[in-house]
Amino acid sequence: MSAGDPRTAKLSVRDATKVYQTASGGLLALDGCSLDVRANEVVSIVGPSGCGKTTLLWSMSGLHGLTRGEILLDGQRITGPHPDIGIVFQEANLLPWRNLDANINFPFEIKGTTPDRAWINHLLHRVGLDGFGGKFPRELSGGMQQRAAIVRALSLKPSVLLMDEPFGALDSFTRDEMNRLVEEIWLDAPTTIVFITHSIEEAIFLSDRVIVLSPRPGRVAKEYVVPFARPRSFEIMATKEVFDLTNAIKLDIVGGRVARSRPVTEPVH
Amino acid sequence: MSQSDAIPEFSKPKAGEGGEVSLTNLSAFSGGMGIKSAAEIVAIILVAVAIIGGAELALRLFEVPAYIMPPPSQIAWALIDEFPLIAPHLGYTLIELLSGFAIGSIVGLILAAVITQFPFAEKIVAPYILLLVTTPMLALVPLLILRFGFGYTPRIIAVALAAGPMVMINAATGFRRVDSAKIALARSYGASTLQIFWKIRAPMALPMILVGLMIGAIFGLLTAVGAEMVGGGFGLGNRLTSYSSMIQMPQFFAVVLLLSILGILIYVLFFLIGKKWASWEA
Repeated sequence: MSAGDPRTAKLSVRDATKVYQTASGGLLALDGCSLDVRANEVVSIVGPSGCGKTTLLWSMSGLHGLTRGEILLDGQRITGPHPDIGIVFQEANLLPWRNLDANINFPFEIKGTTPDRAWINHLLHRVGLDGFGGKFPRELSGGMQQRAAIVRALSLKPSVLLMDEPFGALDSFTRDEMNRLVEEIWLDAPTTIVFITHSIEEAIFLSDRVIVLSPRPGRVAKEYVVPFARPRSFEIMATKEVFDLTNAIKLDIVGGRVARSRPVTEPVH
Repeated sequence: MSQSDAIPEFSKPKAGEGGEVSLTNLSAFSGGMGIKSAAEIVAIILVAVAIIGGAELALRLFEVPAYIMPPPSQIAWALIDEFPLIAPHLGYTLIELLSGFAIGSIVGLILAAVITQFPFAEKIVAPYILLLVTTPMLALVPLLILRFGFGYTPRIIAVALAAGPMVMINAATGFRRVDSAKIALARSYGASTLQIFWKIRAPMALPMILVGLMIGAIFGLLTAVGAEMVGGGFGLGNRLTSYSSMIQMPQFFAVVLLLSILGILIYVLFFLIGKKWASWEA
């Protein structure tokens, strides 16, 4: 558990607890989750299915309230969606009735501000989407859609980028390509990134730190520092260090599941 | 994705909540409308000629009396000859249809938009809407005539009552297709409830709204003609009763043909609007 000073952390999660009200009663999704993300750090959050990763990310974005605890951005408590926080959603989440240009203009329409065309064109060029402005989402591949979604999120120049399993629906080659793209964008203009993923490899490739959540209710179970310098190549993914790290994280996730299936109060024979 | 079980708010948009059914119909029709090659055009014309010509030939060959079924050529000539006489009645019917449809669909759209925002109100209103949808509004025409006389008023009310619920029930289905991820996207930029409505809910509902408007317009046309047949002395429905009572069958079928053309035009109009504004869903 990173017990950083909340005054130096860019984004700080303090004792985040979330109970969902369902038909069958309260469901504890997060239970006292605390973590700090430093400025320009890339942190991935992994964990077993249903452990509350997405809940945690949505709480960080201000889209969800917490039942208990708080989220601090630059030391200020977040009470709702914040202009400094950009989100990349699962499966691109483009508006299908708008072409690519109109999709990227959407945030500016909502805010009633003028888009920074030069910056947007730079981003579109960066992700290789120039000339596609008139295309509708259904005319683009999954990878292109997600690239457009990244441009949309970065167009407002957020200081924190939250990415919610953004590449989960892509094939593994496209996913590698997208991971490289995220790294390039980060090297271009470092930002604070919190990345939710199911893929341990993806988490290691992208992050400075990987945080493992426990099975539901989600708590920070473990934290790993990824010591490799950027730009990283896919070759380092085949090294023993990465292999050991991947296995350790995998064991944490699987081990957590095994532990959960045993009675907690009685000793195991 | 796999977390959706843990987070009720994230339930994926259900693919095909009623809406897709009617849209599939639309796109199935579009497959038929997308004419590709000269060979297709020739084939379509040949079949049309065979059907119309075949009917003409058979009716003349078997000497079917014109008061039972006039041959197509006679119907076509009747339409051309009588058109100056029929045209004003076409105008009356169109006035009833357009004003009734406008009133009915505006009220229907507003009700759908408001009611879907309040699930509780929706539950209370739903049975009455269903009642309005399932009751043939023609049944009310004699009563409306008793109250409002033989002018436009009872007919316009009947058309509005026929079209409105159709528009409303389809539009409500559209407005209910909530995609929580898209609403979250808008909210993440600080969108207001009104912005979410106009920029997310309304465009998402548009394909269903168009289906509702089309069905409403067709029902409106049926009801307008039906109401005209009940009484009042003007409109295309009145022409039908008048021609049939005088056994002027070519003229009678000319009016029927005109009504079919009107119905097809309504269909094509909404099809083209849908193609222009809602093609993203197909």
